[in-house]
Amino acid sequence: MSVLDAKIPKGPIKDKWTTYKDKIDLVNPANKRLIDVIVVGTGLAGGSAAATLAELGYNVKAFAYQDSPRRAHSIAAQGGINAAKNYMGDGDSTYRLFYDTVKGGDYRSREANVYRLAEVSANIIDQCVAQGVPFARDYGGLLDNRSFGGVLVSRTFYAKGQTGQQLLLGAYSAMNRQIARGKIEMFNRHEMLDVVKVDGKARGIIARDLVTGKIERHSAHAVVIATGGYGNVYFLSTNAMGSNATAAWKIHKKGAYFANPCYTQIHPTCIPRSGDYQSKLTLMSESLRNDGRIWVPKNMDDVMAIREGKLKPTQIAEENRDYYLERRYPAFGNLVPRDVASRAAKERCDAGYGVNATGEAVYLDFASAIQRYGSEQAKIQGIANASKEKITELGEKVVEAKYGNLFQMYEKIVDENPYKTPMMIYPATHYTMGGVWVDYNLMTTVPGLYCIGEANFSDHGANRLGASALMQGLADGYFVLPYTIGDYLADDIRTGTIPTDSPEFDEAEKAVKDRIDFFMNNKGTKSVDHFHKRLGKVMWDKVGMARNEQGLKEAMAEIKQIREEFWKEVKVPGSADELNPELEKAGRVADFLELGELFAKDALMREESCGGHFREESVELDGEQKGEAKRNDKDYAFVAAWEYKGEPADSVLHKEQLEFNDIELKQRSYK
Amino acid sequence: MALSAIFLIFFLVMHLLINLLSVFNEGLFNEASHFMGTNPVIQFAMQPVLIFGVVYHFVMGFILEIQNRNARVVSYARNNGAANSTWMSRNMIYSGMFILIFLVIHFIDFWFPEMNTKYILGDMSGMHNGEFRYFEELQHKFVPIWRVALYVMGFVFLALHLLHGFNSAFQSVGANNKYTNGLKGFGKAYAILIPAGFIFIALFHHFNH
Amino acid sequence: MNLTLKIWRQKGANDKGKMVDYKVTDISEHMSFLEMMDVLNEQLIAEGEEPVAFDHDCREGICGMCSMYINGEAHGPDRGITTCQLHMRMFNDGDTITIEPWRAKAFPVIKDLIVDRTSFERIQQAGGYISVNTSGNTQDANAIPISKHAADEAMDAATCIGCGACVATCKNSSAMLFVGAKVSQYALLPQGQVEAADRVKNMVAQMDLEGFGNCTNTGACEVECPKGISLTNIARMNREFLKANLKG
Repeated sequence: MSVLDAKIPKGPIKDKWTTYKDKIDLVNPANKRLIDVIVVGTGLAGGSAAATLAELGYNVKAFAYQDSPRRAHSIAAQGGINAAKNYMGDGDSTYRLFYDTVKGGDYRSREANVYRLAEVSANIIDQCVAQGVPFARDYGGLLDNRSFGGVLVSRTFYAKGQTGQQLLLGAYSAMNRQIARGKIEMFNRHEMLDVVKVDGKARGIIARDLVTGKIERHSAHAVVIATGGYGNVYFLSTNAMGSNATAAWKIHKKGAYFANPCYTQIHPTCIPRSGDYQSKLTLMSESLRNDGRIWVPKNMDDVMAIREGKLKPTQIAEENRDYYLERRYPAFGNLVPRDVASRAAKERCDAGYGVNATGEAVYLDFASAIQRYGSEQAKIQGIANASKEKITELGEKVVEAKYGNLFQMYEKIVDENPYKTPMMIYPATHYTMGGVWVDYNLMTTVPGLYCIGEANFSDHGANRLGASALMQGLADGYFVLPYTIGDYLADDIRTGTIPTDSPEFDEAEKAVKDRIDFFMNNKGTKSVDHFHKRLGKVMWDKVGMARNEQGLKEAMAEIKQIREEFWKEVKVPGSADELNPELEKAGRVADFLELGELFAKDALMREESCGGHFREESVELDGEQKGEAKRNDKDYAFVAAWEYKGEPADSVLHKEQLEFNDIELKQRSYK
Repeated sequence: MALSAIFLIFFLVMHLLINLLSVFNEGLFNEASHFMGTNPVIQFAMQPVLIFGVVYHFVMGFILEIQNRNARVVSYARNNGAANSTWMSRNMIYSGMFILIFLVIHFIDFWFPEMNTKYILGDMSGMHNGEFRYFEELQHKFVPIWRVALYVMGFVFLALHLLHGFNSAFQSVGANNKYTNGLKGFGKAYAILIPAGFIFIALFHHFNH
Repeated sequence: MNLTLKIWRQKGANDKGKMVDYKVTDISEHMSFLEMMDVLNEQLIAEGEEPVAFDHDCREGICGMCSMYINGEAHGPDRGITTCQLHMRMFNDGDTITIEPWRAKAFPVIKDLIVDRTSFERIQQAGGYISVNTSGNTQDANAIPISKHAADEAMDAATCIGCGACVATCKNSSAMLFVGAKVSQYALLPQGQVEAADRVKNMVAQMDLEGFGNCTNTGACEVECPKGISLTNIARMNREFLKANLKG
């Protein structure tokens, strides 16, 4: 086992980034014109990186599988973006944001990276406002903040419930300016299918034009991967239908280590599955848990009656309801962190108390919030002896003002009025903290190959806090990568354009074409989705919210078996030289079928419970925390970086030991 | 387009006001008509501007229509326009074309004879048998029921055209402030009252000759 | 429920297309419209036919990728939603549903129901941005207060998802709502003032160049817009445009 070098600068944590920036090599403006950079993926991280690199003077080629960078799934982020601005004067600071993020990540992230993230967070807000991002403001015209789970200050900036959209459009507008100037060459509807290494360095990619099917070669002096997470390995997730791990997995196969694949965030408040046809899951903002109470019936008879439609949830008496989060976690109640809330819902549903036809739903009830707000309003408005109807009416108005758009969205999807009957929710895969291993410079284990945003593993440890994903994507793209990549490219000013007619490009292109030919010529009988759904089921059942040794071993064997069957039985209609969505999906699912197995292997190796990774064998056995997740800092305070060796099962583990000098390791408690 | 529309909207008011005189006071109507018909500023400065405005509005209307049709090469197999817009707004070209036909007839009825009398025959007196001829000529025109019916139809189309056109013109020049809602109500009233006024005059003279 | 689907099939940009009838059975009313399309495609793959190509991605109404003209309306009969948020409970057993791609010269069909919307990209590139470089030292975000009213209005304009329903719906295939929304967002913010005149002139010029039709204010775009972008944005753009041209 080798020791990975994270290249963390020396010195006190407060000065690391500043001192480092002052000392790294720079490329002079005239020479930047001689250097090409490829950016794959144009969401928040990729889009902001492409724009900034182009502003600096590099020639950027950017790739997106959608018809526009504006459609990347960063756009779906609702809540907000954290920044240590301390505009509220509530004692926020860079250190506090750093501390909250490390603690929220259950002490499995790299201190130096997280500190840098907290440090540049304030710049992000300045930059976005200058770009014309319409953040919410108060009546004085200054920026407004809200607070999010897991922290004690208000530091979340937001633009209605569409913060991700507005930040992405900001980065997109910066890109547009550079596209118009010719500094970014934009390749929409293109998918990267492999990376090309020349003399051990990343020097280009093989991409497929998704409209014409043409296989193209693109060269550059450095390649940046910003293609997001791999949540779709579960088939059902809150990710977009096209979100995939292909770029990340291809570079893994070419030598980039893949870190902590088992760290996945399962978000507790999503709209439950309604049937086998379900194609994706929709997130309901975490903010609902501020006012909603989560429960299932206490008695099995009631559960059965509800499933059969004989009983309505509103008919169940208060004493027959089990508010299980309030029961188990009296201190935090319904506001426990995401991972804890998700596992508790699963525990109740596994015990048979799920309240919809699939048995996978719990209630999120606003009745008591409506009554509470209603009585409050009655008092404010001086209505003496207000009737129950009046109180309900007043209360519903308050709830509507706070969550109206979410309630409307729920009603559109489920066709039930959440003001009158409790919402049904269930956890769903949302974000992957794991990803390609990168050092402090965001460079992978392949020289010249960088990975940013959700695609890398670096900042969130084993669990991500709300409103931190947007922060990390933009920090990487606007403020970190543009500096660190210069240090590497400084050696390339005399290299000249990288030719694409080299044997390395020939070989990579041939491999890509061979695989496409295989799909087109395979005489299979089953659709790509058939295999994807089977993979998803194994992942959800055995590598989902709670994992154990036996299940993980079974999962590895089953995934391998599905993969073998996939290569024999998959059927891809149409042809390769046209727009062919089934062919695109086939390639992506093929990669998920490998990643899934490594995911299970990583989960099997990590015999501790931390953040989103919960091993049933690793729980507290007694005391106040009995039954809760138990972390093992002595044996597992490391980043697991996997090296590809042919089969996922044969991957070799490399450990990056995590050192905590500025924060003391502690067990989380929400009791 | 919008500017010529606003100009024509203003002109319609003028036209209606003078015509209304014919209902209330024959003498005043005759004097006003004579003034309008012989004043050199109106005849040689305003009248060409008006004609230019009308022609410009029509020509631009057709050009825009052609451009708009070219902007969609293949049309929908099924299109439900009524789901999201008014009939008037979708058929401005047709209401406009009908108004154009009406205008041709209107010109044949009034404007050509007037031009003929004044500038070809050279009779600038405005007199016929010792009296102003304008009122007589007007009443005479609205005797046949077919012409009244045609005029009423013309004004109905004018109303339909204005019901969309009035506010559309202001939207196109970017009007959007605290008066916008009031203007919308005013536009609707205008679109109905102005053509209704013309219809009233036509019917009045038909039944009172 | 059982349905008959009339769907536009077109192999490629240069091929001729036609409407083709399909039957789907046992459709649940809880399915989204796109899940119904998934069912159809699985059926077609099983029968050895080519599935229907359609654009879609986030399936939660924000990416702006999905784009179908359903029964004569952009994003189908419901209001304030994209096609992915349309549910089958809006239809009845035995219905015939007509599904077509967006139709506009500036949105040529790529395949089946997929159209090329890069004309929107070029309009944005013509001026849909504020020229500010990334640096760690832009002025503090609170240095210029912006009234809550202006910020909220700018936000309302900025919620446009660029799906193109406005163009598809407009009888003139006009892109004024899309362009108006972007121009408005920046026109309402102090940061956008410096380049305001050039921005509106360049974006409008590019819009005309792309072959979109003219706005005749039918208001259909506003009704069909999944994000409820207001017509006042078009008025504002017209005003900005006049102002920019009068200034010279």
